[in-house]
Amino acid sequence: MTSEAVNTAAGGSTATGTGADTIVDAGTRGVGANVGRPDGVPKVQGRFAFSSDLWADDFLWGHTLRSPHASALIRGIDIGPAVAMAGVYAVLLADDVPGCLTYGLEHGDQPALADGQVRYVGEPVALVAADHPDIARRAAEAIVVDYEVTEPVTDAEAAPTADPIHPDGNIFREIAIRHGDLDVTGEVVVEGVYEVGMQDQAFMGPESGMALPDEDGSVELFVSTQWLHVDREQIAACLGIDEEKVRLTLAGVGGAFGAREDLSLQVHLCLLALHTGKPVKMVYSRDESFLGHVHRHPAKMWYRHHADRCGRLVKVEARIVLDGGAYASTSSAVIANASCFAAGPYKVPAAHIVGLAARTNNPPCGAMRGFGAVQTCFGHESQMDKLAAALDMDPVELRLLNAIAPGDRLVTGQVITGTFPTAEVIRQCAYAPEPEIPPSDDRRDLPGGSGRTTDAADTVRGTGFAVGFKNLMFSEGYDDYSSAACRVSDGVATITCACAEVGQGFVTLAQQIARTELGVDEVILAPAQTATIGSAGSSSASRQTWMSGGAVQAACREVRTQILADMAADWGVSPDGLVLRDGLVVSLDGQQEALLAQVTAGAGYEADVEYHHAPTEPLDENGQGNAHVSFACAAHRATVDVDPDLGLVRVRDITTAQDVGRILNPTQAVGQIEGGIAQGLGLALMEEIVLDDGLVRNASFTDYVIPTTLDMPDVTIAAFVEEPEPGAPYGAKGIGEPPTISSSAAIAAAVRAATGQPLPRIPIRPADIALG
Amino acid sequence: MPDPYSLRVNGVDCEVADSDLAESLLFVLRERLGLTGTKNACTEGECSSCAVLIDGVLTCSCLVLAATAAGQEVTTVEGLSNGRDGLSVVQEAFVDEGAVQCGFCTPGLIVAVHDLLEANADPSDGDVREALSGNLCRCTGYGRILAAVNTAAEAKRSQP
Repeated sequence: MTSEAVNTAAGGSTATGTGADTIVDAGTRGVGANVGRPDGVPKVQGRFAFSSDLWADDFLWGHTLRSPHASALIRGIDIGPAVAMAGVYAVLLADDVPGCLTYGLEHGDQPALADGQVRYVGEPVALVAADHPDIARRAAEAIVVDYEVTEPVTDAEAAPTADPIHPDGNIFREIAIRHGDLDVTGEVVVEGVYEVGMQDQAFMGPESGMALPDEDGSVELFVSTQWLHVDREQIAACLGIDEEKVRLTLAGVGGAFGAREDLSLQVHLCLLALHTGKPVKMVYSRDESFLGHVHRHPAKMWYRHHADRCGRLVKVEARIVLDGGAYASTSSAVIANASCFAAGPYKVPAAHIVGLAARTNNPPCGAMRGFGAVQTCFGHESQMDKLAAALDMDPVELRLLNAIAPGDRLVTGQVITGTFPTAEVIRQCAYAPEPEIPPSDDRRDLPGGSGRTTDAADTVRGTGFAVGFKNLMFSEGYDDYSSAACRVSDGVATITCACAEVGQGFVTLAQQIARTELGVDEVILAPAQTATIGSAGSSSASRQTWMSGGAVQAACREVRTQILADMAADWGVSPDGLVLRDGLVVSLDGQQEALLAQVTAGAGYEADVEYHHAPTEPLDENGQGNAHVSFACAAHRATVDVDPDLGLVRVRDITTAQDVGRILNPTQAVGQIEGGIAQGLGLALMEEIVLDDGLVRNASFTDYVIPTTLDMPDVTIAAFVEEPEPGAPYGAKGIGEPPTISSSAAIAAAVRAATGQPLPRIPIRPADIALG
Repeated sequence: MPDPYSLRVNGVDCEVADSDLAESLLFVLRERLGLTGTKNACTEGECSSCAVLIDGVLTCSCLVLAATAAGQEVTTVEGLSNGRDGLSVVQEAFVDEGAVQCGFCTPGLIVAVHDLLEANADPSDGDVREALSGNLCRCTGYGRILAAVNTAAEAKRSQP
């Protein structure tokens, strides 16, 4: 391949790192180009089929009866009144689950239907299928459950010593990281206690899907999810049938952000369909959705930072308690992230970090964008500002002084071998020009907006800064992989991959990759399903660009190798002198040329690959080990206006710089960054599931408030820091999570700067400012 | 079941049969008439994913009983397509600016932006933000959506 073959369509950004030397020119629609989504047109026309849009002849509607209690024994259930209702086809209880009653992503402790006991508000107790959704709902309400209410455990700190609320005990995982000389102390020491509330992913498309039974006892499920194959594994176990008898196809997914990594209605739909012999559809209402998926773990964090008088970090001590809620979900991975990244992207010679994820009778918590790293970023960045104040030092200079870089060690002892441009990200963001925010007499620009009573003369402005990082992909020795198949026939490429498109734009990238590798223009994406292709792993942990992108790239390269080998043999030349471009097989010496459509006429060429990332290790008893594959960091600078009397905040600007490895699609990258920042803004200022003895008090968009157009400021992307990551396809890092990690901390810092209040908890509530 | 009634949707008279009178316009559009472009993110009037025009008035279809819309002109996202590839200038701008990610809020936004630009051909940034503040989007952070509205407004103004 020649250097001219490098695709430089991304605004002149020339890739110089790993993988770039083998990129084939694919015109303006390959890797690096601003290619539009293949599903963009149907989505704007309302023609794209989401999982709630499914229809089949003679289908039934399913509904779930859920526990109103955080903790109760079930003394009896009378389904008689429901069964007697006209239009009701089935009422199912735990005894109707034919296989394993429990499921779980990392630990199978969650019952598909409550068996004699409920452990959180919203736990599924019974299922109904009926010929109208209102009848299904009314029938569920007619089921009489005799509960013996018991005292819930709702304090994660107290849970480990409370009576076990589950046979597996009240501790999901404890981690201790001991690194360096733990007896060392700093000349300057700052302490803080910080809290993060329970955030909801609040995707727009509610949990929904349709199951269709087959006469042979198998079932087909169309569902919105993040990981088809692991869903299938858990469903088959609960149904007590072979995995081959459960066929999943991804239905249109209306956002995910972690909330679809665990099962919600999958087993329920299949049970009802197999029981009734009819297709069954379920669509959660919004309040049910709030109860029906896991949330971001609430956290309480105790920090002590030691530094020398110059500001160099000497030691970080931290204790982190995460409330995992009633069932395990991904709590063990979340507390691992929280602990491993608790000190932030800094050189820390000594660290003692203790993490606990505990079981309570609160709603189960699991994956949400940036899981674990979001919580501790608020802690370590609050501490860095506190340390800077104690040292009378500029907070950005303090961060630059301590910024971690390749060759340094994390507190887990892992040496950074890939790219990790912390200092560059900090500089690009912090030293970007201050935003121009002209004076405005538009009340909509004031804290609280036009409907509130803020006086512009009373507002105070503040600026805050934060930097954060996390791992990409799965860690701690997990053999993570993705599968993809590529077929080139008649000059058209078809890619098959079970990667869940949840809105992030993998479908766009898959086409770009195929175009770049094969020199074709038309790329068909086969449906994501479990029948003919292996697992793609989860659309989580910023992993699909690398993992499924890598699988698609490898499959395309395998096909390219086959084609070039055949043509080289035909032409009696070396395959090294041949390339695919512009729908042609050509020799670089210009002597040979053939139409790819002819070369691949008929059956064409095909390859099916499994792509694994470099292996990782488990953490040892001191929390040490090469547990992570790769890291990405980002920095945020927030400018806010605050009405200190009313406690209202208006974010006026967010400036960011992000470590991206390499940008594969600039517009999609911008979309991920803006969208991720909005979720960080929500966590900083408004989003919290309010619990009262385990009862969710605000399960609606009326009371659980997410940012609107009037809350989100313009985002200034000061820089995509492009240092291609060794080992990553095209050098690209996943970019979905970093925007959410440090944006909350930056906004909180800005509100502190404006008000002088300590504000140790997010979301920051008006009373925290006005009455603080 | 009550007697069938007729709804006029996107210029077409549609008979609604076997429908409980308690069904919302959102439900009838989606489940009785097969017009699933109108979305169901909250079904309680908070997110505007179900936005339609009823006699030209922007409305959350989840808050309207379908039968009460009889005799009125209902326009859904499916009724707004025209021009290049069947796309309106608003739809085209959403595609071109990268305003679509998961796309679940998109139909409601398309309807709302059509409504906005009909009323105000040259909205200020504040006007756009206020007009769309009832349309919740969880993916985009609104940046590309606001860019698309500007692009669409310019394109619309430059049309003969």
